[in-house]
Amino acid sequence: MTINASISTSGNLVEADVIAKVLAKGRATGAEFSEIYIEDKRSTSAGLDDGKVEQVTSGRDRGAGIRVVAGETTGFAHTSDLSERGLLAAAEAAAAAARQGDGGVHKIALQPLLRHPVNNVRIAPSDVPKASKVALLERANAAARSIDGAIVQVSAGYGDSYKRILVANSDGVFSADDQVRTLFRVSVVATGDAGMQTGYDSLGHTIGFEVFDENDVEEMAIRAAKQAIAKLQARPAPSGLLPVVIKQGSGGVLFHEACGHGLEADLVGKGASVYRGKMGELVASPLVTLIDDGTMSGEWGAIGIDDEGHPSQRNVLIENGILTDYMWDFLRARKENRPQSGNGRRQSYADLPMVRMTNTFVTNGTEDPDDIVRATEHGVYVAKLGGGSVDTASGDFVFGMVEAYLIENGEITEPLRESNLIGNGPQVLKDIDLLGNDFAMGNPGMCGKDGQGVPVGDGQPTLRVKAMTIGGTAA
Amino acid sequence: MSIGSGNSSSNSVPDLQAIVDRVVAKASKGEQIEAYVSRGGETAVRVYEGEVEHFVSAQSEGVGIRVIKDGRTGFAYAGTLDADAIAEVLADARDNVAFGTPDEYAGLAEPDGVAQIPQKFWDDELAGYATADKISLTKELEKLTLGMDSRVRVEESNYDDGWGEVAVATTTGIRESGRGNSCYVSVSTLADDGDETQTGFSFSVGDSPNEFNLPKAAREAAERATRLLGAVKPPSKRTTVVLDPYVTSQFLGVLSSTLNGENVSKGRSFFADKLGETVADPRITLVDDPTNPLAYTATDIDGEGLAARRNVLIENGVLKMFVQSSYSARRTGTKSTGNATRGGFGGTPGVGCLAMQLQPGTQSQEELIKGVDDGVWIQMVQGLHSGVNPISGDFSTGASGMMIRNGAVAEPVREFTIASTLQRMLLDIVAIGGDIDWLPSRAVGLTLVIRDVTMSGQ
Repeated sequence: MTINASISTSGNLVEADVIAKVLAKGRATGAEFSEIYIEDKRSTSAGLDDGKVEQVTSGRDRGAGIRVVAGETTGFAHTSDLSERGLLAAAEAAAAAARQGDGGVHKIALQPLLRHPVNNVRIAPSDVPKASKVALLERANAAARSIDGAIVQVSAGYGDSYKRILVANSDGVFSADDQVRTLFRVSVVATGDAGMQTGYDSLGHTIGFEVFDENDVEEMAIRAAKQAIAKLQARPAPSGLLPVVIKQGSGGVLFHEACGHGLEADLVGKGASVYRGKMGELVASPLVTLIDDGTMSGEWGAIGIDDEGHPSQRNVLIENGILTDYMWDFLRARKENRPQSGNGRRQSYADLPMVRMTNTFVTNGTEDPDDIVRATEHGVYVAKLGGGSVDTASGDFVFGMVEAYLIENGEITEPLRESNLIGNGPQVLKDIDLLGNDFAMGNPGMCGKDGQGVPVGDGQPTLRVKAMTIGGTAA
Repeated sequence: MSIGSGNSSSNSVPDLQAIVDRVVAKASKGEQIEAYVSRGGETAVRVYEGEVEHFVSAQSEGVGIRVIKDGRTGFAYAGTLDADAIAEVLADARDNVAFGTPDEYAGLAEPDGVAQIPQKFWDDELAGYATADKISLTKELEKLTLGMDSRVRVEESNYDDGWGEVAVATTTGIRESGRGNSCYVSVSTLADDGDETQTGFSFSVGDSPNEFNLPKAAREAAERATRLLGAVKPPSKRTTVVLDPYVTSQFLGVLSSTLNGENVSKGRSFFADKLGETVADPRITLVDDPTNPLAYTATDIDGEGLAARRNVLIENGVLKMFVQSSYSARRTGTKSTGNATRGGFGGTPGVGCLAMQLQPGTQSQEELIKGVDDGVWIQMVQGLHSGVNPISGDFSTGASGMMIRNGAVAEPVREFTIASTLQRMLLDIVAIGGDIDWLPSRAVGLTLVIRDVTMSGQ
């Protein structure tokens, strides 16, 4: 990363000799493993609502989390005090929590510092004047309101963060990463005879302010405005089973929920996944190849190292419909005596890592996307999905459609009001019967699990699911 | 967690109060400053298969400073109470002022003379509860749950507690501090039958661990999962839904944003022009009352330091008022209703309901189900964040539960949705249970019966 030169050198968040002492302290009560995760994050955000820039916010979060593992028990403590004394006290607390008899004295030998940069930041957001960030909000506001008098409200948000992390453990792992994220979102309200409707667009990348050279916030605002205007005429969504065509880059959340979470080794290990014991079996349509890839440069879920210090990597989870691997973190990989996969992530220094996705996507098929719509006599075309959630044990999952249309006689026709879709993961994966050749990544996501949110990306080409339950109110 | 304020000396936090007082004293002429600091700790125990899977013991602290000058607002925060960092935060907040748009309504709350209603937020028994006892009761919960049914496995058994201290001061004369602590246990279950697995959960809350009802939590978590074994996807039709108390609480939570005075004034609520009109069945009286000590989110002050109070939002079906912070009140020419919300030191106050309660009916859930010829008892909803739009009112969520036929509970059903609009659902409420459940949420639970909802399945 080009911004490293001016603001970061190896391990200067905390000196290496202090880290070695803290790790040794962590093992003093007999634990076989200790780890320190140090974070220093600066963020800037700005929000506009009702035509006014409400405020610019500057944030600073800095601290360390110390994890100690003894047998099946993990002890964890965190502190915002990065002095040697503060870190040793946290290590002592974590060690006490994972006490396993008398541990004796340990000497920790750290490897040379590992860096594995995958993102290329050209313009560090910290070098950009706040006025330029605020100007984006005002441009988006004006653009959305210029579209139609029916647009009655606009809110827009800008955010950037610069997070430096350093991870070291008693096995010698010693890794660092500098993570930049830049985010923009706009949401609008339109009003008409049938009430109010909303439109939304967002973008987020692991690059700097140059993201706005390639993406125009005015175009985003106009897309959001047009979405809301179209929905003013929307009729209630259908109720019941129908074919569903999902536009490129708008439906990755389907795979995130239908199988992504179910392929996380912590859930599999506890028998809380419908995909447990299915390795090597056909779990999806042979059209489906599903990949989780933390190295996709610039994408929202891209990371140089994961939050356990393991380099990010590309993992093939499903290949031509066959389950080829789960995603792994340190604890679950250790238990199965296999390598980690770069999927150990945490929200902040105050949280324990667990198995998480990075950028999860389905690779291209061969169909022309227009042919997929033409081949569908009666169904629903989803142009934009919202969030979703899944019960990994049963496989039942939902996701919301925020922009959708009817398909009648092979053509996209009337707009539909918002609703959830519901399906069962393994069934929906098998019911994917057409896959397009127009792969695209989708909007930035924030994935929640066990109370922690981490940034994730997703993507897919246009595709069709033979039948899914649409949760509308129309017959 | 509820944080009490400092009316009584035993409850105030002098060292934090001194920090915010010092920040506010630095205000220059024409500058309004608000300083908010907090400090807290948590313990989390998770047990799996009889062993402690993790034990988390952590402390955190932070400061947030808001500066307003000439109608422009700037804000900054940091996760530390280090004196140098606080000075940097004040400097950042002042620097950020220049980029806000002047807003004639921008400003801080001013003391309004409304008296606080004292409550108890600190429990000495919890504060002194031994670590070993926290671990053993988490193990006990797992054991009790496993003992309920041979088909049940426990995915995790958890104990969580936390304590917090806050202080806030402003140049407009707000000066409050207080502390509080709280605890709960929760358990997640899996029930197996052949290839099929269903999930359940439950929890128990109390001022101290001595108030937990572990057998009840264990039984509920086991029943929630086993009841759904063999569940089928139901046919699509219009029907009556009986919402379990936990689901009703989530439903009320969605309604909260429509009653928010800031959303109303910015054109984001379908209730905007409905004050004084009938918006719900006449059986419905909805209050927001954080002064009720039974409410999990009970508090004596709001996010700006004004006294919390009881507000009647809907009375016998008629919309009476919206909730306001000092900012939304200035925008709308009303007064703060003590409903500023605050997510911690990292954010500025918003507006919201603090402790929503429906006036209960008299019937038990069993009696209400008996009164339904044909319907579905909804035990869980999924996707409230993705299929419900509180601005348009569109409502659609995934669900699971039990069919009701001729007043009797019939087969389990799953993988379906229930849909209507929020506007219609309020008018279509046909019965309200007397089974109040003070859940760990901003809205109370009780059984609610709503007619004419679309169920989508096969």
